Amino acid sequence: MKTSVREAPGGVQILDLKGKITIGSGDIQLRETINKLVEEGKKNILINMQDVTTIDSSGIGELVGCYTSVTNKGGKLKLLHLPPKISDVLTVTQLITVFDVYESESEAVASFAA
Amino acid sequence: MTSSRVSSEAGPIRMSLSSRFENIEMAQHLCGKLLEPYDLPEETRHWILMALREALANAIKHGNAQDLAKRVHLDMDVVDDALQLTIRDEGAGFDPAGVADPLAPENRLKTSGRGIFYMKTFMDEVRFRPVDGGGMEIFLKKHLTRDGKKEEKGR
Repeated sequence: MKTSVREAPGGVQILDLKGKITIGSGDIQLRETINKLVEEGKKNILINMQDVTTIDSSGIGELVGCYTSVTNKGGKLKLLHLPPKISDVLTVTQLITVFDVYESESEAVASFAA
Repeated sequence: MTSSRVSSEAGPIRMSLSSRFENIEMAQHLCGKLLEPYDLPEETRHWILMALREALANAIKHGNAQDLAKRVHLDMDVVDDALQLTIRDEGAGFDPAGVADPLAPENRLKTSGRGIFYMKTFMDEVRFRPVDGGGMEIFLKKHLTRDGKKEEKGR
């Protein structure tokens, strides 16, 4: 998995993910990237999932873990551009209601200020 | 030979894999080959391969604890238009009934415990069986609609 971080207005960190978030390939990387942002005091994080091709239960577990660790630090973690299959995987485990999910990057960024 | 069993053209596939996550995709690729004669919706194919991924990940991580001296045994076949997958590890086994419900509110935000749930969601049949001499066997079955079989549809 490839990750890159860009900063949006209001200090929102947009994490663009590309590739797989699966066991042994991308799951740990996701956690480490989020932890690094949180350690740097960057607690408003928007994960752009548009180019994520595959996710499994480990990847879902890492997403949930990241959500919890960011929330516990007083931050917010939201999701952008969920591919349909990933949306389905979150829906069947009722996690879709846990995450704030956006289709528009500008709306998602603005939501952090609310 | 007379048999009412309709097997896949590729025939049964039997593999023994080392306990590396990298092997999951190779097994998924071969499983995809078994499904090729069936004109399955792309989504169905995706969910089947995800269920296989979860079963293999479970065997490698929880069963064999990534011990490279232990193998994961995988049998794949299509019998009577149903995909049958058997995944066996060489680990200590576990009690499937003891796996927490990932939908329970107190488990919703746990970082693990969803693999078996996904298998049950995406497949028609999921069975667990402790193996004599150690290890756990997972059996997964998915009916592949006969109407969707490519060669029948095309004629």
